[in-house]
Amino acid sequence: MFMFEQAVVGSRRYWAWVLCLLAVIGLGFLLYLQQLSYGLGITGMSRDVTWGLYIAQFTFLVGVAASAVMVVLPYYLHDYKAFGRITILGEFLAISAVTMCMLFVFVDMGQPARALNIMLYPTPNSIMFWDFVSLGGYLLLNAVIALVTLSAEHKSVPPPAWIKPVILLSIPWAISIHTVTAFLYSGLPGRSFWLTAILAPRFLASAFAAGPALLILLCMIMRRMKAFDPGPEAVRKLAVIVTYAMILNVFFLLMELFTAFYSQIPEHTEHFRYMFVGLEGHRALVGWEWASVLLAAASLLLLIVPRLRRNEKVLAAACVVTFLSLWIDKGVCLVVCGFIPSPVGAVTEYAPTLPELGITLAIWAIGCLMVTVFYKIALSVREGLAASAVH
Amino acid sequence: MRDRPLILGGLIVFLALVTFPVWYNAAAGTSSRPPQLKLPAGQKECVAPVAFMKTSHMQLLIDWREGAVRNNVRTFTAYNGKTYNVSLTNTCLDCHGVQARAGQADFCGRCHDYAGVTPKCWNCHNDRPRN
Amino acid sequence: MTRKGFLGVTGISAAVLAARKLRSVFAASGPAASPPVRWAMVIDTQKCLKKAGCIDCIAACHKVHNVPEIKDRAHEIKWVWKEPFKQAFPAQETAYTEEAYKGKPFPVLCNHCDNPPCVRVCPTKATWKREDGLVMMDWHRCIGCRYCMAACPYGSRSFNWVDPRPHLRRIDIEFPTRTKGVVEKCTFCAERLARGQAPACVQACKEQKALVFGNLADPDSDVSRLVRSRFTLRRKPGLGTNPEVYYIIG
Ligand code: HEC
Ligand code: HEC
Ligand code: HEC
Repeated sequence: MFMFEQAVVGSRRYWAWVLCLLAVIGLGFLLYLQQLSYGLGITGMSRDVTWGLYIAQFTFLVGVAASAVMVVLPYYLHDYKAFGRITILGEFLAISAVTMCMLFVFVDMGQPARALNIMLYPTPNSIMFWDFVSLGGYLLLNAVIALVTLSAEHKSVPPPAWIKPVILLSIPWAISIHTVTAFLYSGLPGRSFWLTAILAPRFLASAFAAGPALLILLCMIMRRMKAFDPGPEAVRKLAVIVTYAMILNVFFLLMELFTAFYSQIPEHTEHFRYMFVGLEGHRALVGWEWASVLLAAASLLLLIVPRLRRNEKVLAAACVVTFLSLWIDKGVCLVVCGFIPSPVGAVTEYAPTLPELGITLAIWAIGCLMVTVFYKIALSVREGLAASAVH
Repeated sequence: MRDRPLILGGLIVFLALVTFPVWYNAAAGTSSRPPQLKLPAGQKECVAPVAFMKTSHMQLLIDWREGAVRNNVRTFTAYNGKTYNVSLTNTCLDCHGVQARAGQADFCGRCHDYAGVTPKCWNCHNDRPRN
Repeated sequence: MTRKGFLGVTGISAAVLAARKLRSVFAASGPAASPPVRWAMVIDTQKCLKKAGCIDCIAACHKVHNVPEIKDRAHEIKWVWKEPFKQAFPAQETAYTEEAYKGKPFPVLCNHCDNPPCVRVCPTKATWKREDGLVMMDWHRCIGCRYCMAACPYGSRSFNWVDPRPHLRRIDIEFPTRTKGVVEKCTFCAERLARGQAPACVQACKEQKALVFGNLADPDSDVSRLVRSRFTLRRKPGLGTNPEVYYIIG
């Protein structure tokens, strides 16, 4: 396919990295075959904690995918030129993240052979059905947008006019994917941990912090490798977005805590108690959640003080702690703690097993591989343009 | 024609792959003769005309399944006026499986092996061997 | 006759026959052609608690439905089981109920809710509510996403984390087992109701008569009389699910 030839030429370092990822993916595939033959009992999930690391990763990555909107919106709606060079990176990040989401849902299915039943028996009253529709649509939108804009750039012509409305459509669509993902949780009568109207806003806030933080880190890595420089302005602006989003996210979490603990309704406090101090001596996630809290505090400190944020090294550290804090909160605790205690009050803890971790890691590796290849293609196209301009 | 060895080699690999099923079957000793089915002794008729059963029993089973599980239709009136309980194990195999010594494997299974299909029904539906 | 024509004719005749059979089953409940049916259960816990340690209903249900006995609590499968008062009726306990009901667990099962959240969330209609109120499972369609388990506020659903067959001491060949990767739960014995029989748990409780099953839409049925004359509780009534399993406590 066009431009894909760029993915198979590269330095030794590039190939070493790709082979590394392929090895992790291969191992994960073998583990998945094992899961297929043994059943999902190979994971740490149980009758009480029926969703674990897979669905938590899915939830977190929907956010990463949606966050592409944070570079697309300023550029296309407000004509904010500094983001011109990184919108394509945001879109490719979104494509990779949505693919990972779909893979995480797929490996979580008990009967993957029947996956098509979702399309064969469409059920509009199920939020999961809408989640599939919105994720599929988002993948398609971004694939079309990235392909069309990049090939226009390749040919040094402006992108066709019809792509503009498609791009504009992708903006509300991005919001919708994460809102619908929050609705998966927040509409369940027996799960008071998730039964809160602020879940969708909180999802969006954490997404708009974690996604751009990752994008900043990717930009910095590419600059270190002398592959690409988005310019200081773009990075600085992204940092401001991360800052505001992270503040909102922490604010929303505090509102949750107030409602639960001031009202003192047991059903609402139990899950938070399990998360922060443990229940009936079960404290598996307490360390994790406090780590997330401390990282969030560090993140806020580094981000809010302008002098710190403008220092590139500090900003890099801030992005790492922000991403980690949100990953722990959303990619581990948020999903699991909703199941603990169970609706009949049983405290069953959850810890992923090695095969489960291996499969999870492999899907992350697939995502990394996709980002690597896509970014290589995008940057090669630009390099080619720059080179031909010199000649 | 420096490419000749490459082309010939490629051709040989291709032919080997294409004819693999033939070699495989020859080596495994499977034959292409139609299977010998043990039909229920003392029974003359199936739940539908035998020609229909040969070609369309899977569709009939799907209809039974949708009927019983989703629409609570659990009896079936056959073309000859007899009524049957809608059940894979308790009806089909009650007649077919009991006669054939090894349950479904001796009837359904023989034919399916021959046709190369492996219905997943037996992961859940119980076999009914003669005991 | 074409295949399609044949199937059409047999299908219609089967439907007519089923309708006729249904009518004969419910003939006692009223003169109308198709009287409304709303299956429900009343559990008289006083009668149940009288026979300490009794698990007749559980054993009967799990035997006829090939529910495996899995030692690992994480992978457990149960259609009917027992919970202490506090777990069965959270937020309805007092500081003294634990003492009052110490060591006296209450039978719990799928509530066959009038407004079932599990049905609302299922992405394939593999679980759905029948007109007569049964919350059914279609094991042929379930994709094993476990969304219904997250949605059920009563923990009534189990997932086959592993192949259940090795965990069955004996298999009742009349009823299919399940396979790894699908969700299962009590179906109020849909297959027995179709034959005009009471659910297996109810039949197993013949002696104590603690479980009463019947048609709530029929004002003269046993269940209707009981819910009208006795004070009953339902599990987590505040969630709006409208369980159709009623508990007589006092
Ligand atoms: C995941 C387990 C599972 C698989 C796989 C499965 N079934 Fe079933 N099937 C069931 C269960 C459980 C019932 C419910 C029995 C009832 O309600 O009486 C059932 C009911 C049926 C019924 C009606 C009642 C009866 O006793 O037979 C038919 C017919 C049927 N299945 C056909 C099939 C066919 C054909 C296949 C293979 C293509 C199949 N099933 C695969 C579990 C399964
Ligand atoms: C009452 C006994 C009986 C029952 C019940 C029954 N069959 Fe049959 N079936 C027969 C007999 C007898 C024949 C052979 C008929 C003939 O050769 O004319 C037959 C033939 C068949 C054949 C064709 C075999 C061939 O010769 O190629 C198939 C397929 C079949 N049955 C499948 C089924 C299925 C599926 C069911 C359940 C839906 C079923 N049968 C139920 C008695 C039964
Ligand atoms: C005459 C040979 C024959 C016999 C006997 C037979 N089958 Fe089949 N069956 C087939 C063939 C051939 C197919 C594949 C048809 C296709 O794929 O179009 C098939 C397909 C099926 C399927 C669909 C499988 C799938 O994966 O799509 C089911 C279910 C099935 N058979 C059930 C049975 C049962 C149950 C019996 C025994 C009671 C039985 N069959 C006996 C020949 C037979």
